[in-house]
Amino acid sequence: MRHIMAKSLAPTDSIRDYMAAQEKKSLLRFLTCGSVDDGKSTLIGRLLSDTKQIFEDQLAALEKDSRKHGTTGDDIDFALLVDGLEAEREQGITIDVAYRFFATPKRKFIVADTPGHEQYTRNMATGASTADLAIVLIDARQGVLRQTRRHSIIASLLGIRHIVLAVNKIDLIGFDKAAFDRIVADYGAFAKELGFVSVVPIPMSARFGDNVTSRSERTPWYSGPSLIEHLETVSVDEAAVELPFRFPVQYVNRPNLDFRGFAGTIASGTVSQGDEVVVAKSGKASRVRRIVAQGGDLDRAVAGQAITLVLEDEVEVSRGNMLVSPAARPQVADQFAANIVWFDEQALLPGRSYILRTETDQVSATVTELKYRVNVNDFAHEAAKSLEINEVGVCNLSTRAPIAFDPFAENRTTGAFILIDRITNATVGAGMILHSLRRAENIHWQSLDVGKRGRSDLKNQRPAVFWFTGLSGSGKSTIANLFEKKLFASGRHTYILDGDNVRHGLNRDLGFTDADRVENIRRVAEVAKLMADAGLIVIVSFISPFAAERRVARELMAEGEFVEVFVDTPFEECARRDPKGLYARALSGEIKNFTGVDSPYEAPENPEIHLKTLGRSPQEMAEALEHWLTERDIAEEQYDNGGGI
Amino acid sequence: MNIALTHLQRLEAESIHIFREVAASFSKPVMLYSVGKDSSVLMHLAMKAFYPAKPPFPFLHVDTTWKFREMIAFRDQMAQKLGFDLLVHVNEDGVRDGINPFDHGSNTHTHVMKTVALRQALDKYGFDAAFGGARRDEEKSRAKERIFSFRNAQHSWDPKNQRPEMWKIFNTRIAPGESIRVFPLSNWTELDIWQYILQENIPIVPLYFAKERPVVERDGMLILKDDDRMQLRPGETIENRLVRFRTLGCYPLTGAIESEADTLEAIVGEMLTARTSERQGRLIDRDEAGSMEKKKREGYF
Repeated sequence: MRHIMAKSLAPTDSIRDYMAAQEKKSLLRFLTCGSVDDGKSTLIGRLLSDTKQIFEDQLAALEKDSRKHGTTGDDIDFALLVDGLEAEREQGITIDVAYRFFATPKRKFIVADTPGHEQYTRNMATGASTADLAIVLIDARQGVLRQTRRHSIIASLLGIRHIVLAVNKIDLIGFDKAAFDRIVADYGAFAKELGFVSVVPIPMSARFGDNVTSRSERTPWYSGPSLIEHLETVSVDEAAVELPFRFPVQYVNRPNLDFRGFAGTIASGTVSQGDEVVVAKSGKASRVRRIVAQGGDLDRAVAGQAITLVLEDEVEVSRGNMLVSPAARPQVADQFAANIVWFDEQALLPGRSYILRTETDQVSATVTELKYRVNVNDFAHEAAKSLEINEVGVCNLSTRAPIAFDPFAENRTTGAFILIDRITNATVGAGMILHSLRRAENIHWQSLDVGKRGRSDLKNQRPAVFWFTGLSGSGKSTIANLFEKKLFASGRHTYILDGDNVRHGLNRDLGFTDADRVENIRRVAEVAKLMADAGLIVIVSFISPFAAERRVARELMAEGEFVEVFVDTPFEECARRDPKGLYARALSGEIKNFTGVDSPYEAPENPEIHLKTLGRSPQEMAEALEHWLTERDIAEEQYDNGGGI
Repeated sequence: MNIALTHLQRLEAESIHIFREVAASFSKPVMLYSVGKDSSVLMHLAMKAFYPAKPPFPFLHVDTTWKFREMIAFRDQMAQKLGFDLLVHVNEDGVRDGINPFDHGSNTHTHVMKTVALRQALDKYGFDAAFGGARRDEEKSRAKERIFSFRNAQHSWDPKNQRPEMWKIFNTRIAPGESIRVFPLSNWTELDIWQYILQENIPIVPLYFAKERPVVERDGMLILKDDDRMQLRPGETIENRLVRFRTLGCYPLTGAIESEADTLEAIVGEMLTARTSERQGRLIDRDEAGSMEKKKREGYF
């Protein structure tokens, strides 16, 4: 009967012994990767099956599924064991990474089965980021493919140092040694630049089990280990405990006034009670008073442990900072170079603002320069203005505040970050820090004696940046001109930054690609900021089609200073007016990347001022703007004089 | 001095890290407490993560009103002993409509009393992150899920479009109304759970230990007659057998196994020779192919 379980005859003592032996086992995390149809999922199914990890009820379900969805005729299709999503089973492909668990008498394993399709590269990267070893599968009939190279490069960038080159489906080429040697040589030539410590090639048939758990008689010419033999013995010890002490503070535990503990996971090194530690960002020093744990304080803790530290002194430390060894400190900088793998449909654009997140820190960041894109076929460094989905490149980044880090090559935990889109909150990229930029260390802010307040008081006004956004021909420039005239007449100091005019000078080197549009707005926003700092009321009249860049501009300005004005004229009306004849040319295809035609316009969702222009005169709208400004100034004056809001 | 962490120490540290990450990044987290062994481990880890403080979030039990009576007694006893804030939610609409597993089948019952009830509770309190005890080794759609698993404002999971999850750097950013389901036990196996319970001496519901209990054999499963609502079909008889449970849910939907394992050591010993998976005892997984994924997309944990 199915519900009867095999009786346990093992006495209690032997269970305790067994557990003690289990405890000493090490853990290896690895992934399978490579091109589509190279047999990754089949290999994992084979590993699970041959190490007796598939239960009877799972096997029964698998046999049923194999008949329904399988691609192996009457045989069990092991891929169906890992392709757990409906869409995957229907389409017979792997979309997302699956994690599987198995153990042999020597080791425990967590394996990530990752997708081969290029469009799911980010899911492969997800699986690779926590792995110590990668099995790169190659279909013996196909040899090294583009995805083989892409996955190898990503594995290398993400810090994987051990590769098994599984030349699979060797049965389909008649166990041909020459073909195997050719593939191994091809891969070796390509991978020599990737910094792998070990590359172990194994001829294999995942479907029939050759050289998977034991040496196959059908490859007598092969004298190396079977896959399992290798996985059980390969040494991947990164020796994180031997690196300098790094403790990213994750959470400040403060249950009462008498206890202030810093909770986190030790990224590297060790810490003992009494050790001197330094706060990475401030350089303040203290000593470890206690390493707190439920059930009694610890004397010592090592890399990988999640602990709570109590210090001798009341030093200022919060989430995002690090406690570190005083003898070997991390870098603290706001500009650095990094490798980036891009995951998002929307390309990485230099100048656009993203959220950068390290293990515990979070800060605004922009890519200041895309130095080059890496061609995954030949490692060529190619000039690029943007990084498209699944591409890899080297960038310079600038963060709004300094972060503490080590180069990724030295420390896989403190040298990594992700980039998050500010609007969709999607994880759009992964970064591995190379080094800080010298500039960051040498250029400091000059503190100036005459301030913004003084400059604007002298003009008897409050600075503001009126940011007009809207389609070409919506009426931005007309309204802006009238508005400035009114302000001028009432004695205010103003300046208009107009899209077309700026493109003749400051931005004459920029075109109309997405990347150039982002840079165009970035420069104008910076200029507007300087002008506001000079005490002026700035009127910016730019199409500025992307919400992300308008948000960056907003964040550059002081609180309440940025006034988004949406000049809302329907596309049909703009195209009908067509004051410069541009719509006619764009619609006929003569002009490319024209906003509203073949380049998107993202309308503001919450502008301070929404001008619906249909049926209203420009004069009327300029008056509304002036009225708005007057109201704001009165409100602020009352607030400043203690009158409340 | 040997400084390599053991397998269980590594798993424990990873789970504690996840708990703290949520406490630091979300404004209103909650822990889903289902009273089973995984919940017991989860609770034990939460106590460790924030020691000497108490976990800075409440525990929520979605009560389908068909849980084993011993589970409810154990739940209340633990809440009192550990002093955590326990919220209990029941879908009152379902109670009013008399939804039950006998008349409406496991699918409807689970959907109304568990999935819908959970969505109601999350909306009622406005939780932005919810811990669950699911493990990747349990079921093949769970093997695909992220540790921080994004849910839209309708609580649904989009398995084809999950956020990349790199290293231990979790993206905790969400828009208002959206939420994250968080699974600190993702990388634990059933055997790890039992070994950890044994190592840490964690209290669990007595139903996990073998004992003579009144059961009915139905659809190849042994169903415990936990109260008088149990309806017998023609030809069915109740007999006392030495049984225990490998997993716990609603009593009419959870199969017992015949076993003599009445200590933790014996349970671990039994695990080592097990030939069937733990969810084999769960009727809801067998309703149809891909049924777990479908339930998860609708908001089930």
